[in-house]
Amino acid sequence: MLRLALAALVATLAGCASTADRDPRDPLEPLNRRVYRFNDKVDQVIAQPVARTYRKAVPQEVRNGVRNFFGNIGDFFIGVNNFLQGKFEDGVGDWARVAFNTTIGLLGIFDIATDMGYEKHNEDFGQTFGWWGARPGPYLVLPLLGSSDLRDGVGTGLDMYSDPLGEVRPYHTQYALWGLRLTQTRADLLDASRILEEAALDKYVFQRDAYLQRRRSLVYDGHPPREKEPQNDDQKDSR
Amino acid sequence: MTRRILARALVAGAALGLVPAVSGFVPSARAQDLPPDQLVKGVTLEVVELIAKDKDIRAGNRTKLIELIDAKVLPHFNFAAMTALAMGQSWNKATPEQKKRLTEEFRTLLVRTYASALAAYSDQKFDFRPLRAKATDTDVTVQVRVLQPGAQPVPIDYSMEKTGAGWKVYDVMVGGVSLVANYRTEFNNVVRESGIDGLVKNLSTKNRSLAAAAAAPGK
Repeated sequence: MLRLALAALVATLAGCASTADRDPRDPLEPLNRRVYRFNDKVDQVIAQPVARTYRKAVPQEVRNGVRNFFGNIGDFFIGVNNFLQGKFEDGVGDWARVAFNTTIGLLGIFDIATDMGYEKHNEDFGQTFGWWGARPGPYLVLPLLGSSDLRDGVGTGLDMYSDPLGEVRPYHTQYALWGLRLTQTRADLLDASRILEEAALDKYVFQRDAYLQRRRSLVYDGHPPREKEPQNDDQKDSR
Repeated sequence: MTRRILARALVAGAALGLVPAVSGFVPSARAQDLPPDQLVKGVTLEVVELIAKDKDIRAGNRTKLIELIDAKVLPHFNFAAMTALAMGQSWNKATPEQKKRLTEEFRTLLVRTYASALAAYSDQKFDFRPLRAKATDTDVTVQVRVLQPGAQPVPIDYSMEKTGAGWKVYDVMVGGVSLVANYRTEFNNVVRESGIDGLVKNLSTKNRSLAAAAAAPGK
């Protein structure tokens, strides 16, 4: 949380000094780019090789089980967030997923709730703040965690604070579970990150814009209101 | 557009009760006349099936996959419109020659990206959503969802416009991310720094390095 407070402070300072060329959504671009390069290095040196090995060594069925297991743990707070957003039917569905998958689905390893018609949702505290009307604020690249913004950064803090994995004892079991979840998540993103490499002229910009679009879509559950035409650099008066 | 897609789309349509059983008209139906949602469904299912049957493509032959996309998918995209949208204001300042080059290079880049996405996700199940549009609409969004185990379905929205040559895609949104909008900042940045010719050069360099990487052994 200290990091976030610092980031917010820097954001305010940088806001005063930003140059005309800079994207108004990303006043901290120079700092963000530095963190991005660091994250990218860590990803190339550690996360990607581990994820690739994992995908090669572990059969698909087992990986599906791992994804489902952590997904089931996540569903509980996805439900909480749906309730906080007043989407009671979705929240009840999320908790029904937890109930069925934890029991009949053997601790969540099998996602039988989807087959029963309870679709998995994507919610977190950042989306809840957005639903309540919070603006994204400046775009941030968090160390190791990657793309975020001020609103989602605070949301991620809460997500992590409330994460049931944090309750697991002894600690080495907890760390092993975190490691496994990170590996599974990175393995699931291997294709997407390769496509990003291929598609982008400037990976940083491409990923940032995709993140901001994606989060906006998620806040509105896939139906964002039409945005005003993005301001163009040629139109001096636009904002 | 081959007869097979048509046949398949028509069968699918008929099964859903969408196509009135006026058999006399069926043989003369062309791709131009297909409703946009049936066009998307027909093309998607055909391409996925062709990939499933092709050992070379499944083994990672990118050139062959790109040929397949060229033949089956590209005719339904309006690349000039996509490039113009991604360029924004700068498009109007480009010469006809620059516009042509930009469209070609952007098209090459998008096809390669599309090929990677297809190679990665063609095993998944698709859920074709019913079209929510009036019969008189000329600009619609066709929604498809990619279903994957243990995760929220990924929506793919095709923005399509009716033209004299049938419905054409002018933007694709994946998980709420518009491809065209996502290139806009990138394109604007390059144009501001090195002009429109700089963007043409940048795109063609990118395309050549991707082609070289794909041709390199062990990739």
